[in-house]
Amino acid sequence: MSGINDFAFKMATVNGTGSASANSLLMQAIFRMGIPVTGKNIFPSNIQGLPTFYEVRVSKDGYTARPQHVDLVVALNPSTYAKDVATVRPGGYLVYDSSWPLESELEREGITIIGIPFGQMCVDTFIGDRDRTLLRNIVYAGALAALLEIDMDIIGQMLIEKFSKKKKLLESNNTAIRLGYDYAKQHFACPLPFHLEKMDATGDSILIDGNTAAGLGAVYAGATVGAWYPITPSTSLMEAFRGFCERFRVEPDTGLHKYCIIQAEDELAAAGIVIGAGWAGARAFTNTSGPGISLMQEFIGLAYYTEIPAVFYDVQRTGPATGMPTRTQQCDLMSLAYASHGDTKHIVLFPCSPEECFYIGTTAFDLAERFQTPVFVASDLDIGMNDWMCKRLVWDDSYQPDRGKVLDATELEQVKKFSRYLDVDGDGIAARTLPGVHPNGAYFVRGSGHDKHGAYTEDSDAYQEVVDRLTRKFATAATVVPAPEFHMQPDAHVAIVSLGSCHTAVLEAIDRLRDQGIVANYMRIKAFPFNSSVREFIDAHDAVFVVEQNRDAQLRSLLAIETGVPRDNMTPVLDYGGMPLTANVVVTAVANHFAEVSA
Amino acid sequence: MTSIAKPPVRHPGLQRNALGFTVRDYEGAMSTLCAGCGHDSVTAALVQSFWELSLPPHRAAKMSGIGCSSKTTAYFMKQSHGFNSVHGRMPSVTSGASAANRDLTYIGISGDGDSLSIGLGQLSHAIRRNVRMLYVIDNNGVYGLTKGQFSASADIGSTSKKGEANMQQPIDPVLLALSLGATFVARSFSGDKAQLVPILKAGLSHNGLALIDVISPCVTFNDHEGSTKSYKFTREHEVEISAADFVPLRREITAPDTDSEVSVVAMHDGSTVRFRKTADSYDPTDREQAYAHVRACQLRHEVATGLLFIDESGQDMHAMAKTTTQPLVDLPFADLCPGNAALQSLMEQYR
Ligand SMILES: Cc1ncc(C[n+]2csc(CCOP(=O)(O)OP(=O)(O)O)c2C)c(N)n1
Ligand code: SF4
Repeated sequence: MSGINDFAFKMATVNGTGSASANSLLMQAIFRMGIPVTGKNIFPSNIQGLPTFYEVRVSKDGYTARPQHVDLVVALNPSTYAKDVATVRPGGYLVYDSSWPLESELEREGITIIGIPFGQMCVDTFIGDRDRTLLRNIVYAGALAALLEIDMDIIGQMLIEKFSKKKKLLESNNTAIRLGYDYAKQHFACPLPFHLEKMDATGDSILIDGNTAAGLGAVYAGATVGAWYPITPSTSLMEAFRGFCERFRVEPDTGLHKYCIIQAEDELAAAGIVIGAGWAGARAFTNTSGPGISLMQEFIGLAYYTEIPAVFYDVQRTGPATGMPTRTQQCDLMSLAYASHGDTKHIVLFPCSPEECFYIGTTAFDLAERFQTPVFVASDLDIGMNDWMCKRLVWDDSYQPDRGKVLDATELEQVKKFSRYLDVDGDGIAARTLPGVHPNGAYFVRGSGHDKHGAYTEDSDAYQEVVDRLTRKFATAATVVPAPEFHMQPDAHVAIVSLGSCHTAVLEAIDRLRDQGIVANYMRIKAFPFNSSVREFIDAHDAVFVVEQNRDAQLRSLLAIETGVPRDNMTPVLDYGGMPLTANVVVTAVANHFAEVSA
Repeated sequence: MTSIAKPPVRHPGLQRNALGFTVRDYEGAMSTLCAGCGHDSVTAALVQSFWELSLPPHRAAKMSGIGCSSKTTAYFMKQSHGFNSVHGRMPSVTSGASAANRDLTYIGISGDGDSLSIGLGQLSHAIRRNVRMLYVIDNNGVYGLTKGQFSASADIGSTSKKGEANMQQPIDPVLLALSLGATFVARSFSGDKAQLVPILKAGLSHNGLALIDVISPCVTFNDHEGSTKSYKFTREHEVEISAADFVPLRREITAPDTDSEVSVVAMHDGSTVRFRKTADSYDPTDREQAYAHVRACQLRHEVATGLLFIDESGQDMHAMAKTTTQPLVDLPFADLCPGNAALQSLMEQYR
């Protein structure tokens, strides 16, 4: 049962009513109390009027996956009352706006219903519809502060930080917070049995979302050209890049930009821009989601075959087709690994958190330039758009970008006739030249059949020589891309394989399975192509569960295709309803499997 | 540029340009196009233009999509980097390359299929972005490389080789460019090198996207009776609006500017374009007039050629994006990465 610093609550509001800032205020205040906390924003694909939810999980043990159950719901959207009442765990609480009394059929045995007249109090205190609507959110934040014992000094301080330049707003927000806080204190036994107590468990952590961290990472990696076409949930990545560039990359005396961001007319153009820029020598990237990746396929094949570096951030959402744009999934794994027509294979990286989204920037750009090829970063909506608790980001000032094999003017001076696709070193990687650097470096980029010199060919042997080298290059990449992360336990007898945003839920599940006597080793895949240790790990276990968020077990398929492990040796654990993964899904699947086996 | 391989020896007497290069230095691989294809003449005009302008070949980038026309980037300036991208998408690749390295001279070669069907969106947006480049459309009214289907520039009533008539409205790249706000719009004819060369040269000096629609007959699929993009039709129906001379900055201006029949437009880089004998006092800086002129010719089944519109005051992509004058590819990493100290102070915002 839930207790001190170990519970979850949820706000059910209406999209477009300004609840986002109150929700993040609550989450951040808890974070500043030193308590590990997660916030998941479950929002609709519209601008105004539909139901939206915000789930906050407080966990003294540091679990940051989506909570299994909710102890308290703040129900402010009458259209979802019935559902909201149902989601409260037995013994939990429902807070609702008693300005409009709850219909009796919505009352539920075994939970406590707390009515607070948020609306009425706002009407009595504030003038104007806008203020009354917006501040209602701050009033419920105040009530929760009383019920859950969130530090009011911290909230006060945060409001000062937020409204330091807007005195009137500061005053009204302070009033609103107090309204809720005092009402709850006067009418109910505060705090509730589960509540907060200051801790010291957040140390040097930060709260950040993956898209912001990825945008920042692109700045630190030295990306200068960004091209994109708006799509949820990837849009905020380029916005973050722009924001950080404005902060760090504007020449103070001239106001000129050391970056170029192009909002393209569509994803095809975005991909073309990135490829053009990569060819010309810039670190360039685009950010998109599944539908955009579909449109970019032709260009991805071109970049693969002509060997041009380019970084693609794919913030995955549910598919197929337009799917559910504001729901999460890991459903583009196959389409990224083999994107485009013909024989193609690509490097794909799988960050598991915003923190990794930041660091993976340098990895992605280094790999793209080193291997002269498209590199995909497969993030998802859960990582990209939710605030996660992460270790404070640090930058190694000694980092130097890996530009790969690029011949400079001095080297080209020695070259009589440059051949673009020669494998001199036996690693499958040929040297390239950048346009404009030296007359000896000129060559012709063609997506049509070419030989190792870059010349047009329809000769079978000459063509095959090039595509076989590409296979060799990919094999080299398998030894260089980030190796999997292993979590081994001495007495383990089962294995879990997973990737990306499933990570925190899997870690939690492993702890809970252990309580049930099931001890699991865990391998988190960080990149495709698979390093040889991937197969070794799978082979070393009799029972292997592959946890991923899509219907068709795409990771399992990739593992089977690329490592040769028989598909049947891996049991899929799939979750594809669009919500961030909970530990429960994994625990239940694994435990049920053993129950069935022993039955 | 030619379908016959030339011996590698150079005639010692060949004239040299300011860089010491002969015209031969601006040639490329042997053309694989059909003998007589208009595209080869455009290539020849490009070679001439680059040579006359003394542009260093290795500082130019030849960009194209897919099609017979797009192949021609291989047939001139072998010391330039070339990029055959994918069908209809040359504009985006060029936009990206230009974003990365603004100091190169970009020449995009496309076809009417490449630019007006599959690539219409990209062409339009490259115009809006005003990417600094010479954008040549080798316009033959058909798909050459896929063997003779009508393209979007085929005129209503014009027939295919098999006699089938086109029923759909054509897209005129010149009218399109004018209405989208293009800052340099011209039309010429592959068979009229005297007109084409100065226009190409002016386009190469233009501060933005210089669109040149070149009627370039496809001898194999569209040079018959009933075609409105054939050599015969174009020769008979070409209406030159004014003869334009391009005068690069470094050359002394010989004719006096006071000549009443000459109007002069100063280019961004200080060069000039001089329009002679401006019929009906055609003003090449008047967009509405240009549009009206092209439409009027069209209604008379005439092909309006010449430098139709020019505006040197527009902002190119980099000016709009406020990009540094130094090419982004030349910025040292230390200038781009804010470093750990900056990161640490930023981190306070996420606490
Ligand atoms: C995505 C795609 N679709 C179709 C093609 C086939 N294709 C190659 S060239 C071409 C038409 C070229 O016509 P145009 O641009 O007018 O050039 P021309 O050959 O007439 O010079 C087409 C349809 C292709 N290469 N890629
Ligand atoms: S098919 Fe037409 S466009 Fe293509 S090379 Fe031959 S003449 Fe030129």
